[in-house]
Amino acid sequence: MREKLNSIDHFEALQDRLVSEWDRDVPTIVIPAGTCGRAAGADELIHATQQEITSRKLDGRIRLRITGCHGLCEMEPCVLIEPEGTIYPKIDPTEMARIVEAVARGEVLEDLLSQDPETGARIQKQKDLPFLKKQVRTILGRNEMLDPMRIEDYVRSGGYSAMAKVLARGAPAAVVEDVKASGLRGRGGAGFPTGRKWELLAKQPSDGGKFLVCNADEGDPGAYMDRSVLEGNPHSIVEGMIIGAYGTGATEGVIYVRNEYPLAVEHADIALQQARELGLLGEHILGTDFCFDISLVRGAGAFVCGEETALIRSIEGKIGEPRQRPPFPVEKGIDNKPTAINNVETWANIPIIIAQGAQQFAEIGTANNSGTKVFSLVGKIRNTGLVEVPMGTTIREIVHDIGGGPAGNARIKAVQTGGPSGGCIPAEMFDLPIDYDSLVEAGSIMGSGGMIVMDEDTCMVDVARYFMNFLKDESCGKCFTCRKGTQRMYEILDDIAKGSGTLEQLDLLEELAHVVKDTAMCGLGQTAPNPVLSTLRYFRDEYVEHIRKRRCPAGVCKELITYSINENCVGCQACVRACPVGAVKGREKEQHSIDAEKCIKCGLCRNVCKFEAVDVT
Amino acid sequence: MTQRANGPDSRDIRPQQGVDTKDIREIVARRGDERGGLIAVLQDIQARYGYLPQEGLKEVAEGTGRSLVDVYGVATFYRSFSLTPRGKHLICVCLGTACHVRGAPRILEQFQRELGVGVGGTTPDGEFTLETVNCLGACALGPVVVVDGKYFSNVAMPGVKGILREARSGSTRLKEPAAQASAR
Ligand SMILES: Cc1cc2nc3c(=O)[nH]c(=O)nc-3n(C[C@H](O)[C@H](O)[C@H](O)COP(=O)(O)O)c2cc1C
Ligand code: FES
Repeated sequence: MREKLNSIDHFEALQDRLVSEWDRDVPTIVIPAGTCGRAAGADELIHATQQEITSRKLDGRIRLRITGCHGLCEMEPCVLIEPEGTIYPKIDPTEMARIVEAVARGEVLEDLLSQDPETGARIQKQKDLPFLKKQVRTILGRNEMLDPMRIEDYVRSGGYSAMAKVLARGAPAAVVEDVKASGLRGRGGAGFPTGRKWELLAKQPSDGGKFLVCNADEGDPGAYMDRSVLEGNPHSIVEGMIIGAYGTGATEGVIYVRNEYPLAVEHADIALQQARELGLLGEHILGTDFCFDISLVRGAGAFVCGEETALIRSIEGKIGEPRQRPPFPVEKGIDNKPTAINNVETWANIPIIIAQGAQQFAEIGTANNSGTKVFSLVGKIRNTGLVEVPMGTTIREIVHDIGGGPAGNARIKAVQTGGPSGGCIPAEMFDLPIDYDSLVEAGSIMGSGGMIVMDEDTCMVDVARYFMNFLKDESCGKCFTCRKGTQRMYEILDDIAKGSGTLEQLDLLEELAHVVKDTAMCGLGQTAPNPVLSTLRYFRDEYVEHIRKRRCPAGVCKELITYSINENCVGCQACVRACPVGAVKGREKEQHSIDAEKCIKCGLCRNVCKFEAVDVT
Repeated sequence: MTQRANGPDSRDIRPQQGVDTKDIREIVARRGDERGGLIAVLQDIQARYGYLPQEGLKEVAEGTGRSLVDVYGVATFYRSFSLTPRGKHLICVCLGTACHVRGAPRILEQFQRELGVGVGGTTPDGEFTLETVNCLGACALGPVVVVDGKYFSNVAMPGVKGILREARSGSTRLKEPAAQASAR
């Protein structure tokens, strides 16, 4: 149990003590163990490290820090050594003995360092990785400094100072002014100015209570920056919300997390408990008159609950159906009380704005789009991971300079942003700066920050069908045009992908898309046609090829492709054994063949072939 | 919503068993007044039984003062709730965008072929339930499959058999994550 802090001075004394007791020079092994790190094997690394440190009696001489995700997903499981900043990628637990030994002696293990893909040169320091060079990691950079389960780590690295500063200053309206001056726009998708939202909330009568919500529903498949922030630095969200409450007069906060993120739920829960123990949440925060507490609500798997009015219903324990706006949540939200909802990353920016000052914050990025934005760069790209860049960075810089270009031999042809509400931007337009307005102009949206890279082996008709399938399943069914429109658009896309589409259907598809866009009530339906409209706009020829030639140029749409075996075949029988339906025939050491009648096009033969002998046409 | 899916919780999935009304009343009493009350109650019941037993829902309606229709409405609206018992092992294939472009649909089909069940189905021997999810937030490692809480990354079709074997042997069950928290 932690001792409760009764005043701002008391808090500052704790912070000073934590800083002065901290010896920077003690070598520290940092292991990122967010959801992805653990999936890649971080738990085993942690276990091995603990054993090595204990068995070598190095306790106290070498520290181990378990952190959230650093966003270097491609390198996981990895190990970072402080204070030098040495990074060892893709480490096997059996290497930990050598690493601990080397750390104890202050040496570097050359052979375990990562290599520059072009020159083959070894890269020792994390900051020299090509992946990090163009990034500005205001938010993500803090994850490596702290163990998310220890509030002391956060406080030591400057955490809760912004809150203390605001409380000491004692002018709530100034908080709202700061956020307005920073130009911060909501990171959850639409880019609404946060300061303006807060100003509206602050003006609402507060007699019956007011709410602040952190939207951690992160429903866009392929986006996970909110997960990494909530998992890796939950206190930054808590601090942001406390500052927000002080500025707007909110009395209660809610963090709504999706159920698919068990670790984020756990870390957020622990963070709230620890903040309460220290007296940073609850009654009379740091001995002032200011009271505010936050509860945690888990979602239950419904994409539409990311939409703010549906989210409110879900927090009330009801079916998560959106409702008409106005009244906006700022007037009538949870239990009909004034409520302001912001995204995880929006909240994470708040302590930074207060600590740096609004002016300095606004200097990063571009005029109407200040600050940084975190993207999850995934799909067909060499360096997958989390990328944080100033607003206004071009797609090309992200995909080629940071992402390192294509993962294999296939050329990159598009990136998809904005999740199911967004669109595909073709490679010809990669000089587009990433900001809210440019993306909308290009027929996509910023969304929460998913950036899925697609190459020549990705079929755009299939992608459009994929999103429409998702949306028809996730449509809550309340509006007719959304429910039926997404269903019909899916059916047409399915016809086209199966080779039974017609050119007339293409026109119908476009018409339907516009009807749904114009008539749906909530954002889900209004943006649902984006994946269709953007692929039609930039990749119409792929649709036409499916219809006219009954051909899928990317080799994805099952009904339109055939598998065959070429002369590379050495007759190893791997595919004969793998085929689940016995469609591959052939004797050992003779070229095999595929019976097209029997073939179910599962692709297993191609997967097991080591000689590139299976063709898809 | 046509298919059910569930988050990767690592709790014990038990086969159908008698419903203890005292248990349910205890859950309602503990969770009922929280924010998101009804959803939290149903989540706890599902964590306890592996699904939402019918008798349980009646008990919840009585305990929370909401109509059975309301309770049933919430239970069917959200994907993560299951009204039927699930198998001993829960296989959850990610169909998020990043996993999709890296071949997740074929991985799913391979599981369907190996298990002989569709999405949402449970094998006749009660061993496996197959579900899908829209992104687990581990997109860099796609295609991702979660079995009883253990994450498998970069799954390729030939690897599906091995995953099932590992699940059968019971080694996909995770240790309590809380054990790690206390170690710090
Ligand atoms: C269908 C739909 C899904 C949404 N999902 C999310 C989400 O997962 N996370 C999020 O922060 N905002 C989501 N939003 C946007 C929210 O409605 C809301 O605008 C946002 O949380 C406001 O926060 P911000 O101003 O900080 O961006 C979604 C909107 C729609 C229409
Ligand atoms: S898309 Fe599968 S984990 Fe995100």
